[in-house]
This record gives sequence, structure tokens and C-alpha cells, in this order.
Amino acid sequence: MSTLHTVNKSPFETQTLLSCLNHCKDGDAVLLIEDGIYGGLAGTGLSEAIRQSASRVKIYVLNEDVKARGIPAERLMEEVTGVGYDGFVDLVTEHDRTQSWL
Amino acid sequence: MSDTKKFLYVNRKAPYGTIYALESLEVVLIGAAFEQEVALAFLDDGVFQLTKGQDTTGIGVKNFSPTFRALGDYDVNKLYVERESLEERGLSEDDLQEIMYEDEDDDWAEKPSIRIVSRAEMADIMAEQDVILSF
Amino acid sequence: MKIGVVISEGPYTHQAADTGYHFVKAALAKGHEVPRVFFYHDGVNVATRLSVPPQDERNIQKNWTELAKEHGIDMVVCIAAAQRRGLLDENEAERQGKDANNIAEGFRISGLGQLIEMAIQTDRLVMFGD
Repeated sequence: MSTLHTVNKSPFETQTLLSCLNHCKDGDAVLLIEDGIYGGLAGTGLSEAIRQSASRVKIYVLNEDVKARGIPAERLMEEVTGVGYDGFVDLVTEHDRTQSWL
Repeated sequence: MSDTKKFLYVNRKAPYGTIYALESLEVVLIGAAFEQEVALAFLDDGVFQLTKGQDTTGIGVKNFSPTFRALGDYDVNKLYVERESLEERGLSEDDLQEIMYEDEDDDWAEKPSIRIVSRAEMADIMAEQDVILSF
Repeated sequence: MKIGVVISEGPYTHQAADTGYHFVKAALAKGHEVPRVFFYHDGVNVATRLSVPPQDERNIQKNWTELAKEHGIDMVVCIAAAQRRGLLDENEAERQGKDANNIAEGFRISGLGQLIEMAIQTDRLVMFGD
């Protein structure tokens, strides 16, 4: 049993991503969408905290949102996996429930 | 498959500044008629929804905080409040309004609906649900 | 799999209605069912047929109307949220004594019970909001 969490806010604006990571169980997945993708950036003040969580949860970013914001793939943390909308759908069906951190 | 699902309403936003808290409560009240297993979670700024002494006369917005006290009549009596979220905001359980329900399995004894849980317990509660609605 | 979707933030201001649209399209393309989409909070504003975005921008309402028509999606607008925000269908406009209605084709106004029912009847629920 596992959960897909979605986060759509920049972690530099709200605590949502950190709150989400603090409530994840081992084996959960976190998908960063919309402004949430900024949480996937490498070399930021929050990268280390996010990287630590990545040891127990899988972190994904929505490729279309990354591309729209002009973030090259190499600027993302190694631990982060890119998916498209179809990958988003697969994540929803592969996990038992989806929790949107609105 | 059982036709009863476990519903969790996740409240992470403060009241009044936005309408989310009020419209979340409206879903809870309507949802109660569907006889599902319902619980509410209050974490992050959502804990501010439950403070006592709310008085909205000066802002001209309806004070919906008394509605929480009516939830027991709708068989909604699990209001999980995260301890860490309270503490981070300088609040304790004493700052929250008293919300009671009558336990029909225990000779209608009055019991508190608010259950203070740790962050780890909140994560466990979230992981047990069939449906999570976030407002 | 049956997937229920909630759009709970307004069009154009927030990306939620766009992300939800692309998600639903992808889910249908993969052979999943999306029996209903429920519009709540400012998300109800997606349903107005009176919005006129510039020609070179996407028309969010039209996108949804066309997708719903093609795939038989039941698009429900929460009545309580809609009434607050001035979204009315013909019946509701008449009942409230208003001189106009503005609900676009493919959307219907109904109660919050439709949201709970959707959550009960689908295998997954995905919310898009702010």
C-alpha cells in the first residue's frame, strides 16, 4: 500500500513540499507539478533536505512543467525522475491513493 | 469490495483569508449523509481553524467555527489535530474550542472529538485512507 | 481503472484547470475511464460560456466541453460554490429571479453529493487546485 503525493507550490514560497515529505511513508512517491517543479532544482538551499527524503520516497517532476519554465534537465537533482502526463497517470494507478497537497 | 470507504478531509489552510476551510466543511456535512467512514485532519495552518474565540463581526464574514461543534450530530467525531503543527504556531490544545460527541456505543457518553496526534501518527492515518480530499 | 477528478481552482489565474485537462486527456488515451469531473471552489468558473480569451490563447472552457463530449464525461459544477460566484444554469436563473444564465454546454450544476458519489464509485481520486 502506498500513496502518490502531488505538490504544486514552489518550496521557496510555501512549506507545502516540506510538509508533504514529512508525512510520506517509505515507498511513497512525490510528483512535483506546476510551480512545484522548482523543488526539484539542484544546488538550492533546500536541495539537501529534499535529497535526504529521496532515500525513502521516489521524487518525480512533470516534464511539461519543467520545460515550460525553462529549466534544463541538468539543473534538476539526480534523484529526481521526469515523467510526462502519461507517466502522471501511471503513478496515479500504480499507487493506492493520491493525496494532493493543495 | 466493501461499499464503505475511508474518507479523510485534509485541512491545511487558515480560516477566513480564503474560503477553503468553509467550503471544506460544507463537503463534510453533505458527505456525512453517505454513511462512509469519515475523519478530518488538521495540520499546518489548518489548526488555526479550530481556535476558540473567533469573532468575525468586524470583517463581515460568517463565523463558521460553531459548525465544528455540530459535527458530532452527523456522526463525524474524528478530528485529528497534529501536535507539531500546534507547537510550531505557539498553540496548545487549550487554545482550541471544545468539540464533543455522544458515543452511542458507550451509553451516549460525551467524549471529545479532537484527538491530538503526532506527525508520525498523522502520516499513518493518511496512509490508511481510501479517499483523501484536500482543501 | 476509473479515475475521478476534482478541479478546485479558477481558470487562467491558476494552472489547475489546465493540468487537470492534460491529465484527463492522458488518462483517457491510456484506456482509463474518467466518468466525472467535479468543479469546486473557484474551479466552477471554468464552466462559464461567457469567457472570451484572446484568439492566440487556449480556451479552457471549450477544451473541457469538447473533451467531455468526445468521451462522455459528466462535468458537474458544485451548486453552492456556483451560486456564490454567479454561475447559473437556465433553471437556477429562473428560480433565483436572475435575468441571465451562463453555463456552457457539457456542464451541469448539481450538489456536493456528486463529489462524494464520484469518490465512492471510482478507483482513484485526483484533485487539481492551489
